[in-house]
Amino acid sequence: MDLSLIIMQLLSGIALGAVLVITALGLTIVFGMLGVVNFAHGALFMIGAYAGLYVASLTGSFWWGLLLAPILIGVFGMLIEFVLIRRLYGRSIDDPLLLTFGLSYILVEGVRIVFGSDGIPFPTPPQLVGVLDLGIGFFPRYRLFVIALVAVVLLVLWLTLEKTRIGLIVRAGARDPVIMQVLGVDIGRVWLAIFGLGVGLAALGGVLAGPMRSVNPEMGSLVLAEAFVVTVIGGLGSIVGAVVAGLMVGVSISLVALFAPEMATIVMFALMAVVLLIRPQGLFGVRGRTA
Amino acid sequence: MTSPSSGEAVAKPASGSLSWLLEQRVLMSVAVLAVLPWLLPSQALAVNVLIYGVVVMGYNLLFGYTGLLSFGQAAFFGAGAYFTGIAIGRYGVPWFLAVAIAVLLSTCLAAAIGIVSTRTRGIYFAMVTLALAQLVYYVALQASSFTGGENGLRGFTVDRISLFGLSVNFLDPVNKYYVLMALAALAMWFQSRILNSPFGAVIEAIRENEQRARACGYNVERSKLIVFMLSGAISSLGGCMLALHLSIVPLDILHYQTSGMIVMMVLLGGARSFFGPFVGAATFLILEDVISVWTPHWQIFVGAIFVLFVLFLPKGIWGTLLDTLGIGKARR
Repeated sequence: MDLSLIIMQLLSGIALGAVLVITALGLTIVFGMLGVVNFAHGALFMIGAYAGLYVASLTGSFWWGLLLAPILIGVFGMLIEFVLIRRLYGRSIDDPLLLTFGLSYILVEGVRIVFGSDGIPFPTPPQLVGVLDLGIGFFPRYRLFVIALVAVVLLVLWLTLEKTRIGLIVRAGARDPVIMQVLGVDIGRVWLAIFGLGVGLAALGGVLAGPMRSVNPEMGSLVLAEAFVVTVIGGLGSIVGAVVAGLMVGVSISLVALFAPEMATIVMFALMAVVLLIRPQGLFGVRGRTA
Repeated sequence: MTSPSSGEAVAKPASGSLSWLLEQRVLMSVAVLAVLPWLLPSQALAVNVLIYGVVVMGYNLLFGYTGLLSFGQAAFFGAGAYFTGIAIGRYGVPWFLAVAIAVLLSTCLAAAIGIVSTRTRGIYFAMVTLALAQLVYYVALQASSFTGGENGLRGFTVDRISLFGLSVNFLDPVNKYYVLMALAALAMWFQSRILNSPFGAVIEAIRENEQRARACGYNVERSKLIVFMLSGAISSLGGCMLALHLSIVPLDILHYQTSGMIVMMVLLGGARSFFGPFVGAATFLILEDVISVWTPHWQIFVGAIFVLFVLFLPKGIWGTLLDTLGIGKARR
């Protein structure tokens, strides 16, 4: 086993992890602000992939799909918050979780009705087809693009949260929503926007994953479990945690796939169990809320 | 089986004989289950209500009575079924021993998952149990020489059930139903004993106020782990019943969609009530049976009905009914 192969597999893992990071980030931001775990997150990831595919086939360009699908599905997410989840604030913490679980049933079956149960191939955009010579080996261009795009999205998100007035309101709202209301901030609107952002990130993850996996109505259920593992390892509500854990999971899956392929699907769960035994609140989680 | 718990003090007293009957919750439940095949459109549906009723009842111990929302109960349902099938098919163990071994091993699995997951609280617990149950799913998928992998476990059929010199033909649907009902009755008796015991009061105290229970000197972590194991044990018996009934174990039984279905059933019927799980299992299965006749997309309706229940009827059908009739907590 030579070193360059391991490095290539490492890069593969980072590309895989990048999609996980974006998806888990949506989950963790929504939890950090609203205290809601969205069980329909995987289904919305899947719908994002279908929306990207649909827009791309209408406009003839992958790039419109990449741009519009997260926005459209994000707006749809805001509708879900406004119509359904809003009613459950103040009730048991389990209720939004149960509601979104029921919702995922409806979304998955809805996609089956519209697009059928079979998988649909998601073509790689023509500009990104093929491989790039990295000196030590060839790497798919599309995966490099995914890594770069996720890095840009993370940078924009971080700058928005840390350097702008909106970010200030969001961070303060996560810490103490009551005081924010006293100060005259309409926290309901902030929650609406954050839920939309979280769902939009799931949809973005779906579009990005499209050309790497096959697009089918069940793809969300696997992603939901993966996103859960990432957020549990990183610490629910922690953005840094989601990034670190997402990359960690991606890299360990692809490295284990190299040495012991049959263990690849199991390794992330084992990783999670170990983290939980040592640090129940996750690597970057705050003790008290969840563990 | 009367339990003078604090709930009885606030409960409206029901009149004489009715009150006595309601307290015999195991007898009453068994009586309803005994006539179920004649109430439902098909025998197959009644058997499924029995099996899923037991699985959901075990889950109710965790979710309804202790207040722990787990999304991984399928692991124990599936483990019960797989262990029964492997014990009978691979090692030729007699059926009752296979069931006992399966429940024991599933309880050990519940202990392992419980040790990791009960360290977490609230929403975290739901996510961690889901992930660990998926781990079990993938292990079963990979260990195909034992489990049959994607094709499910096959190659074991129980055609005669014999115990203490008695022997019945298990292929006869009526015999099959009542043999399985006897197992269900055993599970109900066990669950009722747990709920009536001091331990049953402790888990309800944890649900109502965990910190207070801790302050009263109860070991909350250990109680959670024990209830997790008991809940897994009861649900795994449902798995054993499924294996005996179907003579195959489909891999899907371990998927978290099955866990989700168990959660749906307990909410439709009514968490925290003794008979609610059977009502919930029957409701879900009847909905599936009726709707799938005229559309393959029955899940969209079940999902919508479930969402409406969460929004407007969180106590479920049986729970709401008991509330309306003014039947207090102690008699559930």
